[in-house]
Amino acid sequence: MKILLGFVLFMMGNHLVWSQGEFKAYEETIPNSELAFEMVPVKGGEVKTVIAGSEVEVEVTSFWMATNELTYDEYTHFMQDETFSQNETMDAITRPSPPYIDFTLGMGKEGGFPANSMSLYGAMMYCKWLYNKTGHFYRPPTEAEWQMACEAGQSTSEDDLAVTADNSNNAYTKVGQKAANKLGIHDMLGNVAEWTIDAYTEDYKAQLAEVGSEDPVLVPVSRKSYVTLKGGHFRSPAAEVSCAMRIKSDKLWNRRDPQIPKSRWWNTDAPFIGFRLVRPNVEMTEEEIEAFYAQYIK
Amino acid sequence: MGDNNFNRRNFMKSTALVAGGVMASPFAATAGFYAESAAVEIKVALIGCGGRGTGAAAQALKSHPKVKLVAMADAFMDRLQNSLKNLKEEMEGEGGDRIDVPTSRQYSGFDGYKKAMDHADVVILTTPPGFRPIHFKEAISRDKHVFMEKPVATDPAGIQSVLETAQMAKSKKLNVIVGLQRRYQNSYLEMIKRYQDGMIGDITSAQVYWNQGALWVRPRKPSMNEMEYQMRNWYYFNWLCGDHIVEQHIHNIDVVNWFKDQTPTTAQGMGGRVMRVGKEYGEIFDHHFVEFTYDDGVVMNSQCRHQPGTFTRVDEILTGTKGRIFCRQGRIEDLKGNVLYQFDKANKENNPYQEEHNLLFDAISKGEYKFSNAEYGAHTTLTAIVGRLATYSGKVIDQQAALNSGLSIQPEEYSWDATPPVLPGDDGLYPCAQPGVTDYFKS
Repeated sequence: MKILLGFVLFMMGNHLVWSQGEFKAYEETIPNSELAFEMVPVKGGEVKTVIAGSEVEVEVTSFWMATNELTYDEYTHFMQDETFSQNETMDAITRPSPPYIDFTLGMGKEGGFPANSMSLYGAMMYCKWLYNKTGHFYRPPTEAEWQMACEAGQSTSEDDLAVTADNSNNAYTKVGQKAANKLGIHDMLGNVAEWTIDAYTEDYKAQLAEVGSEDPVLVPVSRKSYVTLKGGHFRSPAAEVSCAMRIKSDKLWNRRDPQIPKSRWWNTDAPFIGFRLVRPNVEMTEEEIEAFYAQYIK
Repeated sequence: MGDNNFNRRNFMKSTALVAGGVMASPFAATAGFYAESAAVEIKVALIGCGGRGTGAAAQALKSHPKVKLVAMADAFMDRLQNSLKNLKEEMEGEGGDRIDVPTSRQYSGFDGYKKAMDHADVVILTTPPGFRPIHFKEAISRDKHVFMEKPVATDPAGIQSVLETAQMAKSKKLNVIVGLQRRYQNSYLEMIKRYQDGMIGDITSAQVYWNQGALWVRPRKPSMNEMEYQMRNWYYFNWLCGDHIVEQHIHNIDVVNWFKDQTPTTAQGMGGRVMRVGKEYGEIFDHHFVEFTYDDGVVMNSQCRHQPGTFTRVDEILTGTKGRIFCRQGRIEDLKGNVLYQFDKANKENNPYQEEHNLLFDAISKGEYKFSNAEYGAHTTLTAIVGRLATYSGKVIDQQAALNSGLSIQPEEYSWDATPPVLPGDDGLYPCAQPGVTDYFKS
C-alpha cells in the first residue's frame, strides 16, 4: 500500500509552539444553533504502546478530545447550512450531497444518536466547516492520539463501558449512554467505530521510522487509500473490542452505491462508522490549518 | 464479488468448443446462438451516461471477462466524456482494457442511441426514463439483449409500448433485466421464500416508504435553451422523470407487487409541493401519499417525500395473517413481535446491482434465455404512474383505465429545437398539477 509519509509541520513539539490558554475542559457552542459539545484535555507526552502488534514509542502533543462521538444533530446542522454550496468541487467548504438512502436504518437520528456512514472526506469537511464557524482547529484524531486517549482513560472495571455486539441488539445507541472513561470520554470503545486520519498499515512501526515518532500521522495518498478506524462498534464482539483494535476501511462499505463516481461523502453499507473531534493544544497559523485540511479534502 | 463471480471452468470449456469447431456468425438473431460463439467478445453499448449508467457499465465489465464496452451515447457529449473518464478510473487494473470507445463510437444528441446500438450485442439503457420505451423498442427490434434501469416509462403510452416490446423480446428470446434490484438482493430473496412458504400467512396490508431529504438541482445557464435546460435538469420534468414517486419510490412499490404477484387495481391519494416551490424545481411534487388497492381488497399505503429536515425512511413492511415482514431490517416477526427470522445483513447480503449483471452476462455468454423482466417492470412502473395520476388529480384512478387511455406526456419531437411539453410562465414558474382541478383522461 502506498502511504505518503507526511510530516505534520504544524504539530511540532511543544518547545516550538505555545499552548493556547488554559488547558482544561471546555464547552464549544456551534454558532447559530442550540448545539454544544464538551472537550476534555488529554495530556500529551512520551508513551509506549502497542500499535498493529508492535511496541512503539511515540511523543504526542496534548490535545482536547470530544467527550462524545459526533451526533446527527451536529452533522445535520452542517448539512443544512445554506451559506455553503452543496457538493461543488470548486468551493473551499461544501456540504454533503443529500443521501439517497436513510443511513440510520431506523436506529435513530435526532436527539443524540451518532452521525454515521460518512467518509473520512465528509468527516474532515465537517471539521473544516466547524473551524470556519468557531476559529478553532478541529479534526479527527491520529491513531496515536486516539490510542493514547483510550489507554489513558482506561479504568480497571471496563465491564459496561461499550456498546458492542454483545449488548447492542444490532443497533447503535444515543451517545453517552454508557459511563465515561477516566478522562470523561464516552463510547471510546464500541457504538460507532471512529475515523482516524491515518492511512492503514500493517506495519505501523516501520512507517513510524519514516515519519518520526513525534505526533506521527500517515496522511492517506488519496481518497481511495485505506484508512484506520478505532474503537470497534455495535457489531463488534465485546471480546474483540479494545484500545488496540484497529479496523481497516473497506471498499465493500460502499459497494451498493450504484453510481460512478461513487459518492465521496457517504458509504452505503457502513452504518457502524462515525467520528470524534480532537483539537491539538498548539497555536497554528491559518495557512498551516488550511494546508492540513487540503491534504484530506482534495 | 464481481470479478470473482466468473466461472473459469465454463469459460475454458466453451473456448475449447469454439476453437475446435467452426465459428458461428456471432450474435445472429436466433435463440441459443451464443453457445457456438462463446469465445467471442460480448459487445456492450451504454445509452445514457450519467452516474447510474456509468455504474451499470462498470458492473457489466466486472461481470464477465468477455464483456467489452464498445460504444456510448448520451444527449450531451460532456456527460459522455466525463462518464468515460470516470469509468476508466474505476476500472483501472480491473478490466479497464476492455473499454474500447474511441471518439468514432461516441455519440451525442437525441439519435445517438441508434448509432451506438450498431456496434453492440447488449445495450444498457440508463437515460432518463422518458426515453426508455423508444430505446427499448429499438434495441429489441435490432436483436439486442438489454439491461435497463427502472422506471421503464413515464406515461401510460410508454407502458403500452414497453409491454408490446416485451412480447417481442420474449418471442425473440432476448434476455431483459430491469434494475429493480431488490429482486436480486439476498435479504429480499430469503424473505420472499419464507413468505411463499407461509411464514406470515396471507398478506392483509402493506406500508412502503421513500422519505428523504432534497435531491440535486442544476442551475439554468444563459447558454441553455429550454430543451437543454430540461434535459440537464430532467428530474423535475414529468415527461423525462415521471416524478419521484415513479423514478425512485417504484422500488418500494415493486416489492409489494412482487410479493403479491399482482398490481393494484386502483389508487387514490394526496400530494403537493411545500418546500420545493421555486422555479428551479420544474413541475414535480415534493410529497405523495397514496392508498393502492389490490383486487383482493388488500391496501398498500405508500408515502414518498423529498423534504430536508423531515423524518427519513426507505422501507417496506408487509403485514400478514400470521406475522410481519420488515424488509429494511431483514426481519420477520409474528404478530406479537416474536422474531421468526432475521437475515444476517452483516455477512450474507450481496451487491444486487452487480448480481443483475453477473446473471445477465452469464446467461448471454452461455447462450441461455433466462430473463424477461420487462413485463413486470412495465406493470410495476404503471402502478407508480397511477399513483402520480391519483395525487395530481385527487381522484380515484383505475389502473386499467389509465393504461387504456394511452395518455402521452411526451414532446411531439425529440430535438434541441423542439418545444418541451411543459413551459415556464412569465414568472418563470412551471405549471404544476392541482388536485381537484387537474384531469388527465376520461375514465
